[in-house]
Amino acid sequence: MTTTATSHRTRPPAQPDSLRAKRLPWYAAPAIAVVALALSAVIVYGAGVGGPVLVVVLGAILYLVGLFTAANAVEGRRSARNRTWSALIHSAFVLAVLPLVSVVWTLVSKGASRLDANFFQTSMNNIGARDANGGAYHAIVGTLEQVGIATLITVPLGVLCAIYIVEYGRGKFAFAIRFFVDVMTGIPSIVSGLFVLAFWVLIVSPWFNDGRPSFSGFAAALALSVLMLPTIVRSTEEMLRLVPAPLREGAYALGVPKWKTILRVVLPTALPGIVTGVMLAIARAAGETAPVLLVAGGGAAINTNPFENNQSSLSLFVYQQAGDASKYAPARAWTAALTLVALVLILTIAAKLLARRNRLSR
Amino acid sequence: MAKRVSATNVTAYYGGFKAIENINLTVEPKTVTALIGPSGCGKSTFLRSINRMHEVLPGARVEGSLTIDDQDIYDRDVDVTAVRRTIGMVFQRPNPFPTMSIFENVVAGLKLNGVRKKSILEDAAEKALRAANLWGEVKDRLGKPGAGLSGGQQQRLCIARTIAVEPQVVLMDEPCSALDPISTLAIEDLMFQLKDKFTIIIVTHNMQQAARVSDRTAFFSIEKTGDPGRLIEYDNTQKIFSNPSVKKTEDYITGRFG
Repeated sequence: MTTTATSHRTRPPAQPDSLRAKRLPWYAAPAIAVVALALSAVIVYGAGVGGPVLVVVLGAILYLVGLFTAANAVEGRRSARNRTWSALIHSAFVLAVLPLVSVVWTLVSKGASRLDANFFQTSMNNIGARDANGGAYHAIVGTLEQVGIATLITVPLGVLCAIYIVEYGRGKFAFAIRFFVDVMTGIPSIVSGLFVLAFWVLIVSPWFNDGRPSFSGFAAALALSVLMLPTIVRSTEEMLRLVPAPLREGAYALGVPKWKTILRVVLPTALPGIVTGVMLAIARAAGETAPVLLVAGGGAAINTNPFENNQSSLSLFVYQQAGDASKYAPARAWTAALTLVALVLILTIAAKLLARRNRLSR
Repeated sequence: MAKRVSATNVTAYYGGFKAIENINLTVEPKTVTALIGPSGCGKSTFLRSINRMHEVLPGARVEGSLTIDDQDIYDRDVDVTAVRRTIGMVFQRPNPFPTMSIFENVVAGLKLNGVRKKSILEDAAEKALRAANLWGEVKDRLGKPGAGLSGGQQQRLCIARTIAVEPQVVLMDEPCSALDPISTLAIEDLMFQLKDKFTIIIVTHNMQQAARVSDRTAFFSIEKTGDPGRLIEYDNTQKIFSNPSVKKTEDYITGRFG
């Protein structure tokens, strides 16, 4: 017997006699979890060293140990490892989702108090520290206009740039463009704001404004464009590279010119991925505060003209209200934050639906 | 319609690597010519240089002259897209356009080259699908995605797409290597029918297929890895498979080599 047992270790395992193996009953894992939590609670509160968080953490560790031991005893080592790793991967998922759920919950619970019609219909114009009402209409307008203009600028530019890099660019020039796009990805938003402040607000805008420099929503859109462009270029580039080469060759072999192949075969194939990249860029831009503060200046009144005078934005509104001394301001800040998240979410869902509108995938 | 393809001293490179050297061969109109030989011997490279698909890859170039009815397709003033419209190509793996329906796939070549009129497109689609023996299977679902068909149907869809632009020569690069025997048979039957209208050149690793479908067979080979591929023997298929004049051809065909 001993010889067979040792030889099993050195040689590859022999064919098992039966394909059946012992399994833990279905209730084993939940039972171990309950026992582990109970044990952990007894230890933690017994020793008086911590609260519920420690109970859960210790409980999770005890659960893993208990699960491994039980599975090892009944099902064998391989199965025990499988169960332990599955449990670890699931815990990693829970840990990753926890902050997200927490953020959404905080936003909803704290933002709900000012989620009224007044908030969406009024601005902060003539709202004093003792006024409970006041809203973010001007900020919503600002965010939509600034992000909209930035999107109009960056999507064509970014997609064309990515097409150049993937389909046409050869040699040092394309390499240089790729390199600088990578560098641009790392630009802090305040730097892009400073760039637009120095270049557009102080040098160019006086030409249109009787010689006086002027803040504007458009300047904010330019700053956001600088931030969005590299994201769009890189994501579009990756998506275009994923389009299989045989598709391009199939079109070339039909005598279709290159530009038309790109326009009618390559881009439609990569479209869903490109849309995702654009939405990521929009979400990032909508959340930027610093460049808007620097070049659009913010403001309490409604200004629907993005080319003249101060404009606010939702993220800037959150920043200003969160730092305001009025006791009513924090509620407005939370609601504005909730509005911003909802806005980005709605835009993302709408874009996904549009990209999938292709009747073939219905 | 069908045209004669003639290669004189064709040499093709991938960057610094010479893939084929001094290929001389003439393909008569309305015949099926099979290109056979071991992997890496340059059959596909030669095939791709016939419709100027070789140069699509970065660094690839072709020397020598390739003529279609006495017109050199590598002349300076030749329009590449016109060459490719005249010389269609079917690839090893079926590659229908995933964002297009069956109908749009078939007429893609026409539509992307500017044909707008719906009646013309519909006629062309039906004609091409009938010619590709696919009409009966897809006529009720022309609006469905082309990628939803089976592998053999997809390949016939690609053939339909190719012949819809009415080329004069059809190149096929191992068109059956990803297909089961039944789909292969369907495509071989198809080649027989297409021979009436087109000049067909097919690359195949399947010796029986070459013997079944082709009128003439060209055997390519290489001395050793890294050497350029050369044309060893080019003759009537029957002669190649029964009584080849070069020992190397016989060795390859009987399986003693490669």
